[in-house]
Amino acid sequence: MSNISDFTLTKLVAGIKKKDFTSQEVTESFISSSEKSKKLNTYITQCFDKAINTAKNFDKKKDYKGLLAGVPIAVKDLFCTKNVKTTAGSKILHNFVPTYESTVTNNLWSEGSFLLGKLNCDEFAMGSSNETSFFGNVTNPFGDKLVPGGSSGGSASAVAANLTPATIGTDTGGSIRQPASFTGTVGLKPTYGRCSRWGIVAFASSLDQAGPMTKNVEDCALLLQAMSGYDSKDSTSVDRKVDNYSSKLTEKVKGLKIGIPKEYRVENMPNEIDKLWKRGIDYLKDAGAVIKNISLPHTKYALPTYYIVAPAEASSNLARYDGVKYGHRSKGNNLFEMYENTRSEGFGDEVKRRILIGTYVLSSGYYDAYYLKAQKVRQLIKNDFDKAFNDIDAILTPSTPSAAFKMGDKKDDPVSMYLNDIFTVPINLAGLPAISVPAGYDKNDLPLGLQLIGKAFDEQTILNLSLAIEKRANFKIKLKAWWS
Amino acid sequence: MTGKKFDYFIKGEKGNWEVIIGLEVHAQVLSKSKLFSSSPTKFGAEPNSQVSLVDCAFPGMLPVINQFCIEQSVKTGLGLKAKINLDSVFDRKNYFYADLPQGYQISQYKNPIVGEGEVILDMSYGTRKIGIERLHLEQDAGKSIHDMDPDNTFVDLNRSGVALMEIVSKPDLRSPDEVNAYIRKLRSIMRYLETCDGNMQEGSLRADVNVSVRKVGEKKFGTRCEIKNVNSIKFMQMAIEYEARRQVELLEDNKQIDQETRLYDTKKNTTRSMRSKEDAHDYRYFPDPDLLPLNLKQSLIDKLKKKLPELPDEKKERFIKEHNLSYYEANILVSEKEISNYYEEVIKGCDKKLASNWITGELFAVLNKKNLSISQSPVSAKNLSTLIKMIISGKISGKIAKDVFEKMQDNDKDPQQIVDKEGLTQESNPKEIEKIISQALSKNKDKVTQYKSGKEKLFGYFVGEVMKISKGKANPQLVNEILKVKLK
Amino acid sequence: MLIDKDTVKHIAKLARISLDEKKINNLSKDLSSIMEFIEKLNELNTEKTVPLTSIINASLRSRKDEVSDEKIRDQILKNSPEKNEEFFVVPKVIE
Repeated sequence: MSNISDFTLTKLVAGIKKKDFTSQEVTESFISSSEKSKKLNTYITQCFDKAINTAKNFDKKKDYKGLLAGVPIAVKDLFCTKNVKTTAGSKILHNFVPTYESTVTNNLWSEGSFLLGKLNCDEFAMGSSNETSFFGNVTNPFGDKLVPGGSSGGSASAVAANLTPATIGTDTGGSIRQPASFTGTVGLKPTYGRCSRWGIVAFASSLDQAGPMTKNVEDCALLLQAMSGYDSKDSTSVDRKVDNYSSKLTEKVKGLKIGIPKEYRVENMPNEIDKLWKRGIDYLKDAGAVIKNISLPHTKYALPTYYIVAPAEASSNLARYDGVKYGHRSKGNNLFEMYENTRSEGFGDEVKRRILIGTYVLSSGYYDAYYLKAQKVRQLIKNDFDKAFNDIDAILTPSTPSAAFKMGDKKDDPVSMYLNDIFTVPINLAGLPAISVPAGYDKNDLPLGLQLIGKAFDEQTILNLSLAIEKRANFKIKLKAWWS
Repeated sequence: MTGKKFDYFIKGEKGNWEVIIGLEVHAQVLSKSKLFSSSPTKFGAEPNSQVSLVDCAFPGMLPVINQFCIEQSVKTGLGLKAKINLDSVFDRKNYFYADLPQGYQISQYKNPIVGEGEVILDMSYGTRKIGIERLHLEQDAGKSIHDMDPDNTFVDLNRSGVALMEIVSKPDLRSPDEVNAYIRKLRSIMRYLETCDGNMQEGSLRADVNVSVRKVGEKKFGTRCEIKNVNSIKFMQMAIEYEARRQVELLEDNKQIDQETRLYDTKKNTTRSMRSKEDAHDYRYFPDPDLLPLNLKQSLIDKLKKKLPELPDEKKERFIKEHNLSYYEANILVSEKEISNYYEEVIKGCDKKLASNWITGELFAVLNKKNLSISQSPVSAKNLSTLIKMIISGKISGKIAKDVFEKMQDNDKDPQQIVDKEGLTQESNPKEIEKIISQALSKNKDKVTQYKSGKEKLFGYFVGEVMKISKGKANPQLVNEILKVKLK
Repeated sequence: MLIDKDTVKHIAKLARISLDEKKINNLSKDLSSIMEFIEKLNELNTEKTVPLTSIINASLRSRKDEVSDEKIRDQILKNSPEKNEEFFVVPKVIE
């Protein structure tokens, strides 16, 4: 029998139910692999003792009703967890212990899961390589010096390296899909409003959305189902029934119309990415889908738009970190000095850059030229998708313009770092669901993902299409646990 | 209304100056819970005991708007005869302060919930229509306490997130008196509507004042200054007076006025510049991405309109037309909701004019003397009404009524009981009165002779004698009639 | 440089972040290159475009006027770096 921690989430839930193994055995297996993974630096906080106790209690009570009964899960350290330190990867929250639980994690615990630990991420989810975390880089299990992507880099590495059965991340401009693509895992960003944002440390309110990160599409459907739902505490949460994604999951996608946007064929895109994309088209054709060329003319404006909207919102969302109510405080002779020192010492460079950009684009005299302009272009980008979706059911694109890159490669060039999110950002701007599914390897044996974009609240269709690709790509994670 | 003319000008060395005033009133919405959170709004609670995770801006906390606060602001808008905007937007006003936990205040900037309206003032020189520019909903901040510790400031967030209506007037006010009338009228309207309790001591009603001056006859507005920190009408009036004089002096010296925020110092009665702070202010307003645009249904507005109580202006009109009250009386009776309620309770089944006389006369004299408000009146509306009814029915005389009223003030005694117990019922039986008159005349035979020989002034003396013998109970009208016959 | 050193200082003051000279230099360079990237939007004529107000096609939902979160001062003050029994404590505000 292979190691329990190699199993998918779905298999673990079924195995516990069938009593093939106990919740305690599952938990111990993941703790054991996690304990050996220090080199990957995926965890910020480990809750192993408590997890074991919870597992033992579960085994005594044996309540299999929940979708995730008996399975421990580590989550991105952006979700506030009651009585467990929540840092958002930042020094400014290094000692913050919430007295409340985020709605999304609470949903998981209601389905019988429990917390294994808190996973590393870029500071306040601002980054594409997990190099901005106050708690150090996360390493990609695919290579010692490789970034796992970001911002949910710790989450992606943890799933790929079998440190957690699955995880949840957040995605503001690609923070679930890009690291999923870099680590050969599946990551889905739901429709804006599908999952509650209550209790998630905010980066950019109009873009942030939590989503599942898993080993395969089946797990992704299951976890999405468990975490989704309306929440009256979030005014932007949408009161709409959650589909039974798991039971409806099918690779039968015959007749579905798939759009291929010509604008995603960007300059200097590696040949391998182009080939991967073509392969994806072939897989879907093979599954009976109909391929259509489409145009999303404002695609090239998505990144500049994003780098106005997201920093603007962030500059305001992060104003609450002032050393008064919680978190880090630096000394100062008066209130204003205290503020300036706290925020200067508490925030890292990338967060500072974004706060300053956001402050600048909102400041007096620049609002119309930048922020208002960006909201107009955002409308145009949304219109592009609305129009395209009149004729098609989903859109297929690559997830990223490259495979995982080396640590330090882009760290000092913010714009080249930002370009990593070129394929993922437009979807956040339009509030649509999208998934990254691993579909192959590049010449260096690094995983590459394909992205499927769906209509609002049609997560089911992109899950089904991903399953069709998954079956045909026959993607397997080829990893030796070199880090343990 | 009298023939008085408006005469508030600042007299400078080079002529008269007109004072232009606009007010930004912050009125706390009467609601149980806060604008975007479920913590309570009660005044005077222990520090930080009415603070939710949302009010304290914990990471991941999100605002959810209070429906009642929306309706309260719509009602207020309707009371100000204002345009209700079906679509409005909540924006973030960004600035740092210890008592602003989010680092921004949720307010409405470009698209407020209520647009232009008006408030009518009754001044001694006529009515004045003051324009309302807008009304918007926003969060209050917490409180920084600077005087409890020499090195530190203490922060209490109980007020953080309480709903405020900011009501912005047009620059239509022209004197401290008008400012006084405006605030009282606004307060009165909101109290009729029950949308704000108007309590200035508790900070439920605060105002920032914009002041500028211009030469009489000039059309263009001068540069204005905003005065903050004025928490009573009296101080507001003093601050305006001071500020207007300061500006006139500057202008007459050919100096410029800087548009700035100034702080009123109540101890020195001066205003001083807050510019050091203002420099850094750039509020970076933008729509709050945690909230969607607010879309109101016309049906909701229609429903609220239907349920709107009668407001002072309409009430006044009705009192004049239907109750035959004078403009002056009606104005007093509607000036506060409690007074008009009292009046309308008293007039149930009784003469309106007489009720009005009693309230504005006897009752107010007592209240003034004892420094009480009408809600603390020692005489209830019900008992005053009974008293007046006894006068109308002739059971007691007006004179006796005044004595009874005096006695009623002790513990709101029932006038009926006083009259019965003390046998104060008016004597209206002509035969009985005739007897008393005979008594009186036989006691004063010499004076009767004098009267009959032409000294008709003595008539009053006889009436007095009759009343004395009857201990004031004789019906004065009958006494008059019968006495005239007897003396012929 | 789209964002010169004075601008960096100004916005850093608005954002309440203290910076040393070296940081200001670096930020001026970084922020300028980001703004240059953003300037691409100027190619687009958006005169007639209505700006997006919300990505969700819905009106704001409201809650009833009911009190629930009361008297949780312990929770509220728990994480504060400096507090006493009743208040958050901050260095003196200078006016």
